Amino acid sequence: MSTVWVWLEHSDGKLVQSAREALAAAQALGSQVVGIIAAGTPELVEALAVRAGQFGAQAIIATADPTLESYRFEPHVALLRALVDAEQPAALLAGHTLRGREVLSGLAGSLGVGALTDCLSLEWSEERLVAVRPAYDGKVLCRAVLRRGTVQLATLRESAFTAQPVPDAPSPPLQWAEAALAEDAIATKVEAFAASSAEVDLTSARVIVAGGRGVGGPEGFGPLEELASVLGGAVGASRAAVDAGWIPYAHQIGQTGKDVSPELYFAVGISGAIQHVSGMRSARTIVAINKDPNAPIFEMASYGLQGDLHELIPAITQALRAQLADR
Amino acid sequence: MHVVVITKATPDDNATVRVDPQGVVTWGDKLVLNPWDEYAVTEAVLLQERYGARTTVLTLGNEAHDEALKKSLAIGIQQAARIWDPALEKHDSLQHSQAMAAAIRKLGDVDLVLFGKEFTDTANDQHIYMLGRQLGWNVVGSMLKLLQVDPTAGTLRLERMLEQGIQTVSTRLPAVVSLFDDINEPRYPSFVNIRKASRAAISIWDAAELDLALEPPAVEVLEYLNLPERVGNVEMIEGDTPSAKAQALVQKLMEAKLL
Repeated sequence: MSTVWVWLEHSDGKLVQSAREALAAAQALGSQVVGIIAAGTPELVEALAVRAGQFGAQAIIATADPTLESYRFEPHVALLRALVDAEQPAALLAGHTLRGREVLSGLAGSLGVGALTDCLSLEWSEERLVAVRPAYDGKVLCRAVLRRGTVQLATLRESAFTAQPVPDAPSPPLQWAEAALAEDAIATKVEAFAASSAEVDLTSARVIVAGGRGVGGPEGFGPLEELASVLGGAVGASRAAVDAGWIPYAHQIGQTGKDVSPELYFAVGISGAIQHVSGMRSARTIVAINKDPNAPIFEMASYGLQGDLHELIPAITQALRAQLADR
Repeated sequence: MHVVVITKATPDDNATVRVDPQGVVTWGDKLVLNPWDEYAVTEAVLLQERYGARTTVLTLGNEAHDEALKKSLAIGIQQAARIWDPALEKHDSLQHSQAMAAAIRKLGDVDLVLFGKEFTDTANDQHIYMLGRQLGWNVVGSMLKLLQVDPTAGTLRLERMLEQGIQTVSTRLPAVVSLFDDINEPRYPSFVNIRKASRAAISIWDAAELDLALEPPAVEVLEYLNLPERVGNVEMIEGDTPSAKAQALVQKLMEAKLL
């Protein structure tokens, strides 16, 4: 029986989306799915454990300690190292977030084993994990295998796996573990945290409305924002629009920007240069809107609308509002 | 204070990368300095100017990496060393971190190791955090802004990025730090410095010189694959007016249960 652990990243008292997705990936791989929760207080651990159970965790190993309240590399890596040494799981998964990749790579370095990061798919082959993951800046893919190491580590591309709520799941049993490092053994101190006010959470967005050079200027992004807000989505951009200074860098998708895999992607006034496409081609459904009928973006889209985006986008927003109001 | 920046040579940003029928990855011609490393090299040069830090650039690779190393020298890094051994031909991130840890121990007096966001060819950043644990040093990822370095007190303060916001942290040297995206305006070498760097000597260290006991790689790439061609059967939404097209699209999205 293979036991697959999931490092359950959380923020603001909630499991992050990629942690719920990793629980689904673990269910597909393991017969026993164990969530690992490290948090500042036992109350928070217990609340997160209930949520983890609803997304497939069958048991929880948890540590509540003030040293784990704000994210720091050292205490999290040391804790996972101690837990892995004690329990020897077959595999440990996490979302490929900034924290997830640091912690799992650090654990791999600590154990002297390999890790597969940014996995688009994951499967067992003769008891070794095999992943499809990007190479060469996402311009190609590779299939890679973990050859050595008792525990097998992988981080998962956000939105590449689909979270599966488990209805009526019992609350998973909790096993408590001690923190591995005392505060005075941790040199790194968090002095302050400034939550981003207008968070651009492109990587976990279900819908993205992205604009390119065809949008024409900073004011052109207004209608895209409106469409995104009706759909509960986020606004993205091509490098051309970011370089022109029309929209901040945080919105950039593609090479030198973010890689995204939403369910629905609107490419608005985006021609489809390889640098952009490498970051969004794993979107499930692409709607291309462009005035040039020969724009390469149409070749990869499911739906295409040829015409003036300045007329089409407000019209789509209006049609959506009418449709959603009818429900 | 001794600052090391660890770089790599990778295909140019604008290169078209393909997998040929034999399964070999091709990208046209040469290798250039990994785009993210330009920021790390620049940050090291800034520390040199501000604090009188000594600077070294390290790369793991064969002679095809020399030109990128010389670019770092031309930007202002003081010395370069290239780690190479035929046994590292198919190295993985763990071996990279083990080789770099050995090189840093050989240098002996390193206070700070800087990395760009990731290596674009392996599309990986795990070697950064692995190195941190191999050395047992403090690690801070995704630096947005270096606030202060005090080489005498051995302290470092910086701002780092998280998905949810910005953390201000302090830590102790020696430390491993990675940079978030484009945190500075990268320096470009002057013509004079390019000529000077072209004559610079690059130290070459092999596994024996680094006292490096190599196990086989833990991660093996089985094959490279071209990106799947997306279905070319786009359905063009027609209509006499923008509003008609919009309504037709919304209808399609509803039918496909995308709304």
